[in-house]
Amino acid sequence: MQKINRDVLIDRAISLLNSGQVSSVLGWRQGEFFYDVTPAVFTDENDIRENFVWNDFCGANFSKYLVSKTKASDGKILVFLKPCDTYSFNQLLTEHRFDREKVYVIGIPCEGMVDTGKLKAQVGDGLVSAQSTEEGLLVTTLYSDEPVNVDIKSVLAERCINCKSKKHVAYDELLGDEGQIEDSDRFDEVARIEAMSPDERFAFWQGELSRCIRCNACRDVCPACTCEKCVFDNPVSGVENKAPVNSFEEKMFHIIRAFHVAGRCTDCGECSRVCPQNIPLHLLNRKFIKDINGFYGEYQAGECVGSRAPLVDYNLEDLEASDVFEGRDTQ
Amino acid sequence: MQRIGVFVCWCGSNIAGTVDVQAVSDALRNEPGVVFSTNYQYMCSQAGQDIIIQAVKEHNLTGIVVCSCSPRMHEATFRKTAAAAGLNPYMVEIANIREQCSWVHKDMASGTEKAIILGKAAVAKVNLNAPLTPGETPVTKRALVIGGGIAGIQTALDIADAGFPVDIVEKNPTIGGKMAQLDKTFPTLDCAACILTPKMVDVAQNDNIRIFSYSEVEDIKGFVGNFDVKIRKKARFVKEDICTGCGLCTEKCPVRKVPNEFNLGMDNRRAIYIPFAQAVPKVATIDPDACNMLKSGKCGVCSKVCTAGAIDYKQQDEILDEKYGAIVVATGFNPISMDKFDEYAYNQSKDVITSLEFERLTNAAGPTQGKLLRPSDLKHPHTIVFVQCVGSRCASCAEKGKEYCSKICCMYTAKHAMLIRDKYPDTEVYVFYIDVRTPGKNFDEFYRRAVEEYGVKYIKGMVGKVVPEGDKLKVQASDLIAGKQLHIDADLVVLAAAIEPDKSARPLATMLTASMDTNDFFTEAHPKLRPVESPTAGVFLSGACQGPKDIPETVSQASAAAAKVIGLLVKDKLTGNPCVASANEMMCNGCSTCERVCPYGAITYIDKEFRMPDRTVATRRVAQVNPAVCQGCGACTVACMSGAMDLRGFMSSQIIAEVDAICK
Repeated sequence: MQKINRDVLIDRAISLLNSGQVSSVLGWRQGEFFYDVTPAVFTDENDIRENFVWNDFCGANFSKYLVSKTKASDGKILVFLKPCDTYSFNQLLTEHRFDREKVYVIGIPCEGMVDTGKLKAQVGDGLVSAQSTEEGLLVTTLYSDEPVNVDIKSVLAERCINCKSKKHVAYDELLGDEGQIEDSDRFDEVARIEAMSPDERFAFWQGELSRCIRCNACRDVCPACTCEKCVFDNPVSGVENKAPVNSFEEKMFHIIRAFHVAGRCTDCGECSRVCPQNIPLHLLNRKFIKDINGFYGEYQAGECVGSRAPLVDYNLEDLEASDVFEGRDTQ
Repeated sequence: MQRIGVFVCWCGSNIAGTVDVQAVSDALRNEPGVVFSTNYQYMCSQAGQDIIIQAVKEHNLTGIVVCSCSPRMHEATFRKTAAAAGLNPYMVEIANIREQCSWVHKDMASGTEKAIILGKAAVAKVNLNAPLTPGETPVTKRALVIGGGIAGIQTALDIADAGFPVDIVEKNPTIGGKMAQLDKTFPTLDCAACILTPKMVDVAQNDNIRIFSYSEVEDIKGFVGNFDVKIRKKARFVKEDICTGCGLCTEKCPVRKVPNEFNLGMDNRRAIYIPFAQAVPKVATIDPDACNMLKSGKCGVCSKVCTAGAIDYKQQDEILDEKYGAIVVATGFNPISMDKFDEYAYNQSKDVITSLEFERLTNAAGPTQGKLLRPSDLKHPHTIVFVQCVGSRCASCAEKGKEYCSKICCMYTAKHAMLIRDKYPDTEVYVFYIDVRTPGKNFDEFYRRAVEEYGVKYIKGMVGKVVPEGDKLKVQASDLIAGKQLHIDADLVVLAAAIEPDKSARPLATMLTASMDTNDFFTEAHPKLRPVESPTAGVFLSGACQGPKDIPETVSQASAAAAKVIGLLVKDKLTGNPCVASANEMMCNGCSTCERVCPYGAITYIDKEFRMPDRTVATRRVAQVNPAVCQGCGACTVACMSGAMDLRGFMSSQIIAEVDAICK
């Protein structure tokens, strides 16, 4: 169960909207199913009262939407950011992707979001509703007579189990208490893959990436992917026409994407959340983060605005390329 | 569509020996865009160039591929050939089928196969080449010399004599370097100070030369003709322009026990000091690690005795921003540390010394006023053992020594041995050596004199161990010619320590983007033909920073470097490199990544209004490249996620076309 009640969010949104401090509100709205919560822009008080959603299914990170929404809007936009979303927010500001003055940020605490796939695996298909309780969720489905009690920990998204931070690194106003940077085990899975032999590792990624259908959802949701024109959409980039050619190409797509976000990825985990094929894409980015931490010292993209990422910075003490190649690190 | 001509060079047998040049020109004739293909014995010869010019005219060629040596050798040649034929010089591509192909392959089949692939890549690139026109940049007519030893001094004097202003940056309080510490110089045995100090005075008196002593280069930006350098003038706590160098403060300072680095710690100096009598500038310097006033605020004696009022305990480091057209590196050398050579007991006995310490010991301004007294008990040594190659030519002991020959040790050891025998004929002198290497004018004669006239005992063999015992040093050595072990009771052992580049060289090389070898010696642009130029344009090399050298060689190289600098500074403008980056504004995200990776500060951002497809006007932040500052390194193009940044002459599409041609 989330610590802050939906009503608190709605009250703040309506009061800011009615006072004219903001002209629109970026929030969550229910999609086709109750668990299918999507980002939405609200400008009307009644719409907010009826349709604004805040529950354990509000995984979407709004930071990226600010790039287009601030350009389209003359007034200020109210945005609700969970702790991990604020890192993406800062990273986008570092890259001058939107005007900070046009945004009003309300930081909201987050107790972790549900991975619908895990929930379905536990209670079966045909989800009808889920009531948050102290211990977890009370779930009803089409095929069961009685509501089922589900332990929230068993259905939390991987990124929430390995939450890196409950601290908001950017906000104008904070609802609830400020959290801490968490001690997470998020690199354990990367270490397990690193320990594989090259052949095993190739087979692992072959298995994962061959499921890719090139729907581009990972790219479209990624807060680090805000190029005016993506290289994969650009006929003169030289990689655009390569993407769909053969079975190795989706590896190229994901590897190129991982390189493009390396050092800028905040590890928000949106890529894996939206992947319809359940490919653990976040692991590619985490490998980069782990290596950067090892080679150049701990660095968290988006922790502060304007920080110089190690990959675009140079110190005399930096490792030589040969050290990196040989896998040596100074840490 | 381009009309491309392919010209395959045999380079005599250099290429034709391992590459079937006929097969290469036949294969490349069928590549897309190629309308003419031939091969010739020496493409770079006038006859070879005429073939190219003729073919351009006959076949209306728009692009040229020359399969030959590295572009470093003849790219400029063939660009001029293209210009002579009426083509834009940047429509030429070189496929390096010599250094990267024929020289590294042994058999004809694989050499030929690779040459064809390299040729195909070049053809693929030329298909996408566009004519380029270089711009011009002005030249700042001032040179910077980093290091004020004999190398830096000579270079600065020569540049200044040609009428150009020069600044010398020296990290020590005085110029003079290692030569100032030497006693006599081989092979003529004139006193080092007698020939060096007039030059130091010349530097001080030359209106074109400024000396920044006790200063270090902090940062270097820019490029040939236009370097921006930050120089840190370290606080010496003495006003340089007021101090008269009278030395009263150095006599009255109560802190007496500071090891004197000029005498290599063999005697002491005060906390305020002038390194030696002929120092330039002759100005006192306070050592902040030793001075009581600076450490605890209690003392102030020097300030009281200074009649000029030059002492300033509140002095701060000063950062100077200067502009230069050329930079000369003259950072010199140091003997290596003897810490890892326990077998010679350097750290156990005061009477085991290095050759540079020996220089101070025999120098009239040294700790013993030039009398040969051993450091432990100040007695005259009667048996002296010199050990050659300590840490030099040390292939098997790379972790403690150097693989290279330090070059100067054979000669200075002959000098030391000869001088001892001359002054103190009652002294037995042994020299243990691997080889005696004395090439150089009058060098071998000098060494022969040490052996034949002065009776120095040269023994081929190495010293295995030195053990201090009582007031003797037990030296165990082998005599390889006699085939026996020797045991010598020595009073003094002198180690000819290998020399290595000064530690300041590596960070400096990084700032200059100049390349170094594995031993941290600066690399020349060409080891034979461009020995005083660094591969980085506008950076020149003088003295031992480039490799071990004696004084005659250092001075020759110093003057050579000066000649190169003068050749650059007389030019009013330099032709720029048209292969610079440019941003496609429609795709630029304004993210600043390129700005951050640019080592030359060539990229800035502006807010610019754009007419969007829906007829609205949008203001976007976009990158701008200053083509006069951009050096075409390409760092921005690989950092740009969206591919908005591209490098003329090396566009991403051209590189990918080359890779595709290779992988086809």
